[in-house]
Amino acid sequence: MTKNQKKNLIRIIIAAVLLVALHFAPVDGWLRFGCYMVPYLVVGYDILKKAGKGILKRQVFDENFLMALATVGAIIVAITGRGDYTEAVAVMLFYQIGELFQSYAVGKSRRNISALMDIRPDYANVEIDGKLEQVDPDEVEIGTVITVQPGEKIPIDGVVAEGESFLDTAALTGESVPVAVRAGDPVTSGAINQNGVLRVTTTKKFGESTVSKILELMENASSRKSRSENFISKFAKYYTPAVCIGAVLLAVAGPLVRLALGVSPMWGDWIYRALTFLVISCPCALVVSIPLSFFAGIGGAGHEGILIKGSNYLEALADTSCVVFDKTGTMTKGVFEVQGVHHSELEDEELLYYAAHAECASSHPIAKSLRDAYGKDVDRTKVSEIEEIGGNGVIAIVDGHRVACGNEKLMKSLGVLHRECSHVGTVVHVVLDDKYMGHILIADMIKDDAREAVRQLTACGVKMTVMLTGDSEKVAEKVAGELSVDAYHAKLLPGDKVDKVEELLAKQKDKEKLVFVGDGINDAPVLSRADIGIAMGAMGSDAAIEAADVVLMDDNPVKIAKAIRIAKHCIRIVYENIWFAIGVKLLCLALGALGIASMWLAIFADVGVMVIAVLNAIRTLFVKKI
Amino acid sequence: MKKTYKIEVDCANCANKMEEAAKKTAGVADATVNFMALKMDVVFEEGADVKSVMKDVLKNCKKVEDDCEIYL
Repeated sequence: MTKNQKKNLIRIIIAAVLLVALHFAPVDGWLRFGCYMVPYLVVGYDILKKAGKGILKRQVFDENFLMALATVGAIIVAITGRGDYTEAVAVMLFYQIGELFQSYAVGKSRRNISALMDIRPDYANVEIDGKLEQVDPDEVEIGTVITVQPGEKIPIDGVVAEGESFLDTAALTGESVPVAVRAGDPVTSGAINQNGVLRVTTTKKFGESTVSKILELMENASSRKSRSENFISKFAKYYTPAVCIGAVLLAVAGPLVRLALGVSPMWGDWIYRALTFLVISCPCALVVSIPLSFFAGIGGAGHEGILIKGSNYLEALADTSCVVFDKTGTMTKGVFEVQGVHHSELEDEELLYYAAHAECASSHPIAKSLRDAYGKDVDRTKVSEIEEIGGNGVIAIVDGHRVACGNEKLMKSLGVLHRECSHVGTVVHVVLDDKYMGHILIADMIKDDAREAVRQLTACGVKMTVMLTGDSEKVAEKVAGELSVDAYHAKLLPGDKVDKVEELLAKQKDKEKLVFVGDGINDAPVLSRADIGIAMGAMGSDAAIEAADVVLMDDNPVKIAKAIRIAKHCIRIVYENIWFAIGVKLLCLALGALGIASMWLAIFADVGVMVIAVLNAIRTLFVKKI
Repeated sequence: MKKTYKIEVDCANCANKMEEAAKKTAGVADATVNFMALKMDVVFEEGADVKSVMKDVLKNCKKVEDDCEIYL
């Protein structure tokens, strides 16, 4: 609690105690009035003061003025009639309780959300004259070697120069499995070094580092306002004056109608009804709960590694009806892996051994995946006379055997009879001493969670899932089948993808939104063309953070559905609050006009609704289990 | 040109009023008040004198909400 909040709390307590005590005090007449004025002024003097200033500045529809008018009016009604001052004091008291609660809740969620995103490093350890010194990360130049101790955050993006360790990237990606790094590996700022000392050569300035980009993005997110927020500010602008005019009409028209009908005008009664109007006129509940919901929703999502660039995108995500995604890097790992060894005359391992050794000098991704599949270190001394045949394969002597690895063209040129592979992917045939030994199938692997991701998308209300790829029809068909997406388009050049998205956009109905998911590397035009562009696996990729509206920090496709669910959850709470607050207020206004609602009910309509709406809004922060 | 200022304000509706007031100030092309982050983004019109415009913005904001502050 801040100093101001504490002071207000003390004022509220004093006034409340006095009010209860006075209820039992046997005082009458002007003494009674004087006694009740003490708690009233204790709790409301600042409101009265602000109201006075407001009048001088001609701001009559300001909350303070309305509250002052309502309570002073209630006191006058009490003096002239019922002699019950409790209501007037209570209105002021509860109004202040509401204000205190609101300021406390908002402050608390502000702090909570910044704690969730507590990834800002305070210092970097730089060796100066043989001693480690803590310096401001902003002052570290590119290429400086910084030391990161266990338990410290990596302050700036860089490459490990020395040391081995596990990194905890949970604060960045929401993923709790630690990542192993060693010399030569790139590291991202914001990750926490778990066990070993790392020496990192920085590759960026602090301001350009991932952590700065993320923080900047998060802080600016709630400045992009959603339709709901704009609606509420507009509503508030008209609501308060409208209710005030209603109050005046009620106070004047009611008695005049009664006079015309020839019955007693009951001025006091009608003025009392008008005053209850004024108490309900404050739009605070709505105005505070809506941005709070969005702020908390964006904060909670950020904690899960889903960065949403604005409330407007969160709102749009909730209306997603069509998800279009790129294949490579999004649904597949984007790296080639050995899927199997077929028709081998040797042990599978042995075939891989020959293939990996024959390809030991090649930098081709296929060669790399062969070596990865072999798993052990490749002993280059066993290999000689390596002859690369561009686009076809390689021939080399391994352990005295002449090994040829390559595609069909190589087999044909060698005149070896090979077996076709019935699977989809890249096939490497292996020939040992002119004898066909079998082939190895290499393909881009579908991510483990990709199927689940598509299933969850459908489950959370997405009507259409579409896969786009530059790959061949055959590969696309197979992957699309495995993922069970609704449609796919193959053999697309980058420009064709934009056209396809345009086509799909044209088919969308009014409110429906189209999401495009890509890995952010060469999708920038499509990302910006779609209603919402989601870039994934963006850790360390500036281009992706720049181009997309939503950024997934890791490359798990299940997060797409999660982002949509978080958005829906948040929007549902926003609408709950809008309907609940407006509903209760209108109901109380109606009851007040009819003379059924007392000022107590009006206080509930104002403060009670606000407290409930704020508590409901804070629920958006808890997105972990969604 | 766009600049961001830290602000101090208690209630969400007052923040909206500040936004309105800032938008109406001469020399301001657009303004957004972010109540949750307590920030004000101001887009200035071409050739506007930032310092004097912001003084006016503060004055106009004070007019609608006495209790607000903009840290210039």
